[in-house]
Amino acid sequence: MNRKFFQGGNHWVWLNAGAVSISIIMVVGLLLLIAVRGLSHFWPAQVHQFVLTQDGEQLIVAGEIHSEEEGEQRDGSYRRQYLIKQGNRDVFGADFRWINRANIQRHHLPEDMVVLERREWGNLYGRLARLQIDGEWLESPSSTQLQQVIDRALDLHDQIKDIESDEIGAINYQLEQLRLDERRLELEGELTAEALARLEAERAGLNQEFAGYQEQLTGLYQAINRDAAEFTLVNGAQKQVQAATMVRAYQPNAMTWVDKIGFYFIKIGEFIFDDPREANTEGGVFPAIFGTVLMVILMAIVVTPLGVIAAIYLREYAKQGFMTRLIRIAVNNLAGVPSIVYGVFGLGFFVYFLGGSIDDLFYAEAKPAPTFGTPGLFWASLTLALLTLPVVIVSTEEGLSRIPKSLREGSLALGATKFETLWRTVLPMASPAMMTGLILAVARAAGEVAPLMLVGVVKLAPTLPLDFNAPFLHLDRKFMHLGFHIYDVGFQSPNVEAARPLVYATALLLVLIILLLNLAAIRIRNNLREKYKSLEQ
Amino acid sequence: MNTLVKDRVRSLLDQQTHSGQHTRRKVSDLVARYGIAVGGVSVIVAVVLIFFYLLWVVLPIFQSAELERVNTSPIAGAKAPISHLSVDEYGEVGMRLEADGSLLFYSLDDGRTLEQAQLPLAPGETVVSTTEANDQGLLGVVLSSGRILLVEEKYDISYPDGERLITPGLAWPFGEAGIELMPAGEEPVSFTARVWGDGALLVAQSASGELFSKIFTIEESFLDESLELSLVGEFQTPVSLRADYLLASDGPGWLYAIGADGAVQAFRFAEGTWQLNESKRLVSRGTEISEVRFLLGHQSLLVGDSSGRVAQWFPVRGDAGFELTHIRDFQLGNAAIRNILPESRRKGFIAIGEQGQLGVFYTTSGRSLLEHQLDAPPGAVALSSRGSALSMIGAEGNSLLWYLDNQHPEISWSSLWNEVWYESYEEPGYTWQSSASTNDFEPKFSLVPLSFGTLKAAFYAMLFAVPLAIFGAIFTAYFMSPRMRNAVKPTVEIMEALPTVILGFLAGLWLAPLIEENLAGTFMIFLFLPLAVILFGFLWSQLPKTFLQRIPDGWQAAILIPVIIAFVWLAMSLSSPVENTFFGGNMPAWVSQSMGLNFDQRNSIVVGIAMGFAVIPTIFSITEDAIFSVPRHLTNGSLALGASPWQTLTRVVLPTASPGIFSALMIGLGRAVGETMIVLMATGNTPIMDMNIFEGMRTLSANIAVEMPESAVGSSHYRVLFLAAFVLFLFTFVVNTVAEVIRQRLRGKYGSL
Repeated sequence: MNRKFFQGGNHWVWLNAGAVSISIIMVVGLLLLIAVRGLSHFWPAQVHQFVLTQDGEQLIVAGEIHSEEEGEQRDGSYRRQYLIKQGNRDVFGADFRWINRANIQRHHLPEDMVVLERREWGNLYGRLARLQIDGEWLESPSSTQLQQVIDRALDLHDQIKDIESDEIGAINYQLEQLRLDERRLELEGELTAEALARLEAERAGLNQEFAGYQEQLTGLYQAINRDAAEFTLVNGAQKQVQAATMVRAYQPNAMTWVDKIGFYFIKIGEFIFDDPREANTEGGVFPAIFGTVLMVILMAIVVTPLGVIAAIYLREYAKQGFMTRLIRIAVNNLAGVPSIVYGVFGLGFFVYFLGGSIDDLFYAEAKPAPTFGTPGLFWASLTLALLTLPVVIVSTEEGLSRIPKSLREGSLALGATKFETLWRTVLPMASPAMMTGLILAVARAAGEVAPLMLVGVVKLAPTLPLDFNAPFLHLDRKFMHLGFHIYDVGFQSPNVEAARPLVYATALLLVLIILLLNLAAIRIRNNLREKYKSLEQ
Repeated sequence: MNTLVKDRVRSLLDQQTHSGQHTRRKVSDLVARYGIAVGGVSVIVAVVLIFFYLLWVVLPIFQSAELERVNTSPIAGAKAPISHLSVDEYGEVGMRLEADGSLLFYSLDDGRTLEQAQLPLAPGETVVSTTEANDQGLLGVVLSSGRILLVEEKYDISYPDGERLITPGLAWPFGEAGIELMPAGEEPVSFTARVWGDGALLVAQSASGELFSKIFTIEESFLDESLELSLVGEFQTPVSLRADYLLASDGPGWLYAIGADGAVQAFRFAEGTWQLNESKRLVSRGTEISEVRFLLGHQSLLVGDSSGRVAQWFPVRGDAGFELTHIRDFQLGNAAIRNILPESRRKGFIAIGEQGQLGVFYTTSGRSLLEHQLDAPPGAVALSSRGSALSMIGAEGNSLLWYLDNQHPEISWSSLWNEVWYESYEEPGYTWQSSASTNDFEPKFSLVPLSFGTLKAAFYAMLFAVPLAIFGAIFTAYFMSPRMRNAVKPTVEIMEALPTVILGFLAGLWLAPLIEENLAGTFMIFLFLPLAVILFGFLWSQLPKTFLQRIPDGWQAAILIPVIIAFVWLAMSLSSPVENTFFGGNMPAWVSQSMGLNFDQRNSIVVGIAMGFAVIPTIFSITEDAIFSVPRHLTNGSLALGASPWQTLTRVVLPTASPGIFSALMIGLGRAVGETMIVLMATGNTPIMDMNIFEGMRTLSANIAVEMPESAVGSSHYRVLFLAAFVLFLFTFVVNTVAEVIRQRLRGKYGSL
């Protein structure tokens, strides 16, 4: 019996089965890990208050429990300890601190503990002491009053932001265009007094407009700086916070389940639709989502026609033989060339060579500042288009090759030309294959980071590449990208520990996008196969 | 109804036969044919372009230098003999100093005088020799009286009326009075001076053989920001040779007294005084030293001798302290070396021989970039600080201007791939260190540690991925029930689609600390998990037949999932006790103390697992495909003859599918070699050469990602990074082509079966 198990090679079969199981566990485990960590980031954590005795002294610490582990102590022994997110970086110097579980005397969840998200210095944990509304200090205010103060400040903040980034941004953009116009005329030797006067007039108009907005801003700033709140921190210190720097205040320990679920979705909304704060470690990732999507769309616009034409040429027009075999091998190989090589090529050829030439020809007035001769959205899209070209070619070719010969022959026999056959019969049938190729290309492009680091991605782009200033789509601008965001925040940020949950959330978002795209591609492909199976019968 | 259709067909046919319509269709067909052909071919050309563009950027680093004579012009008002010749940064203005202290700035363009000056010499004084005291044009001049002048050549650039104008002149940063170095009556024979940020050193040998030196600190006067030298040490050092060449480095550090017969005495400034470090010979007997200069950075001596050889020497730290060591030789004809002109921004130099041979060399790369025969050896010669203009005084006292085009001397095939002995290193080695803060830094462009790191990362990734992927593919293709296969294949496809940035992020921030904390558990999993699986399989087969028959065949993989999870959990929870029992509580510390291996948190295990994860689906899919498409009649025949499924697999299926599996491995390897983000995030990115599994590495791809954004366009560094990309491109292209050819062969074979 025993010998039979091993002689028949059954142990090998089990080992092989184990390999499959391990792979499945790894994939599913990884997805679960990202999902759990990413989704739990938005849940309001409870704020614990600990009373500790450390070196004979009593100490009060409050914060969220971030993690728990066996940590090495000063004497070399190992003890269970908590990593506490205590916040108040401006007062305590650090967001996190370790506390030893053995030192905890008491611990409870105070209901009146307020978590205040701020625009800088991270969260504040404390109890609301006083509220200053319109110059008057209000003792023992309610949390509703605090909420009103914050809502008013947020409203004003939105107005200020609208003016600063949209209106004044537009004026600055136009002023820059005027400067470039002037320089262009100067280079062309046509800077007449007349033209100069016209430019000056326009400039004066813009400056006047600017002054108007400036005045509005002054008023708004005065209004937003009206209110403030004072909090009592856990160590007894008083901390005053201007309403202008508050983002959100909540009392997690007093929240009901319904409150928490509501809060959860608000936070997810903030994550998807807001700009990042505090060097990308807080707030949302909207610019990164926007940049990724826009870049991928541009890439798709470039890669689809090119890939499809190349595939049609290879399959329908080129004489099948040694040459086409060679080309197919080359195309297949390109799929295996490391993505960073495409990045290097993109930087050298697109950015410096093509971009530099474009600048010399069309943007001489902006020199020495480069316009297209520097990494940007357009070059990133082109580079990724090149990178994903093999995917589209291979997929389209496969689709074309699956179309039964009888259909083509039928069309030709009815008198259609080759092009008509292609256009009316073959391509419509191959369109799902093209779609699959495109989706796979998009999925690959959305997850690719290495080449983008060379050709146009930045950690923080001041403006989106799409706005209301003509020509609306700014192909020369740098952009943000989800994948690079993960790398940058996870590895380059000064406060990695605090940023980590956000990175998990970003990773989850990216994985979701790519999974959806891939599952769509897989489904389309399978449907397609079924369809042709029935055709062949 | 019928007539309607007939009419419609007739009208259509009429349209078709209508000649205009017919030509239009024909034209559009032709347009499409050629349009698509042009489009298709140009896409394919674009692909070839990548190859040639990379090559085009890389090639200049292997080009040699070019020398071009620009003009010859007589210098107005020139007298002989000449004591010193220099040239401004851009090679536009020359300066000559005569023995009587008169100075002449002249245009290198046409020889006309731009400025004249006179050094403040006392009656009877003459210029004995000069030396460049720093890299900013400060000149040390020793006079026959022993007095030393420190004077600076200045070339101010202004733009009156939009025209570029260079105004040469002299400046006296330490005053015009000069410094007395030796007691009255002593006559200077040789001399050197160094001035650095906050100090200065003057050294001279007198005719009596004593070495006189003075060390100063430089203080800035509060009143007028002028500089003042204040003496901090004065030394009289006996030397046993006549120092035809005196060389001193900043600091003060080293002082070399070298005789023409080849003897050298090296002194080190330590504990407040000059201490003789060693005495030795630099050339073999029979040859004489004809010129000695420092290379940029004042570490290396360039010793030119009467046989036309220039040797590089620098002090190397050994067991018995520093020892001046011979590093490499450059040969220029066989006549004595007359001039050596070190470049002031790179570690290269130009040598000129007694018979007018001119050679351009680079030390680090050991390259001989150019040899040129001049009509006659020049009377004096100077190199601009950019290293692009060479000014000479010809035999007739004319000024000769040459342009030197020498873009990328730092790199040679051997410096990229062989061991190089870099300055201040104890022995030759492979090093990648592309930039540093100081400008006399020697860039170290060896691709060996990067290639080694690439292969190391790929090796550990393949070590992890190959068994899992191939075993998994065998099971999926051959043993698994079709229903489960339908679920497994999309899972693997999703695995392939996961962005590597996410794998790298998890590897660096989640897996690396986890493994460090549970190192013992990790090793237990690697060692015992296969055994546990086999054991479970055996126990399973011992279950009662009636039970086993109820479970359909081909679901082993699903049954094993909880078993493996349980085992991993067990190993992880045993990790701490095992570390406490066998490894003193902390296995990483034990590794570094007992095994003497460095332990990094982001090490090869982490990279192996993360990159293995990325490679598994590639290998898995292709292998699975190869095994699954082995014709069924082969396996059925084998099974019918009584072989067990496993025997059929190993004797029939695997040999048939082996080329496919091989190509899967190749493609997987290609992917592992080129992967960037995972290595970037999951290793420390240190370019070391060590197979140690507990240390990281730096790969070619990660190196490109790290350094490319900060390299200057067109610089040697930029081109070397392109070369790295080119190497990656070629490697993956070759590997993939081999794999693809094998795969196509395999398809042909199945076709015939």
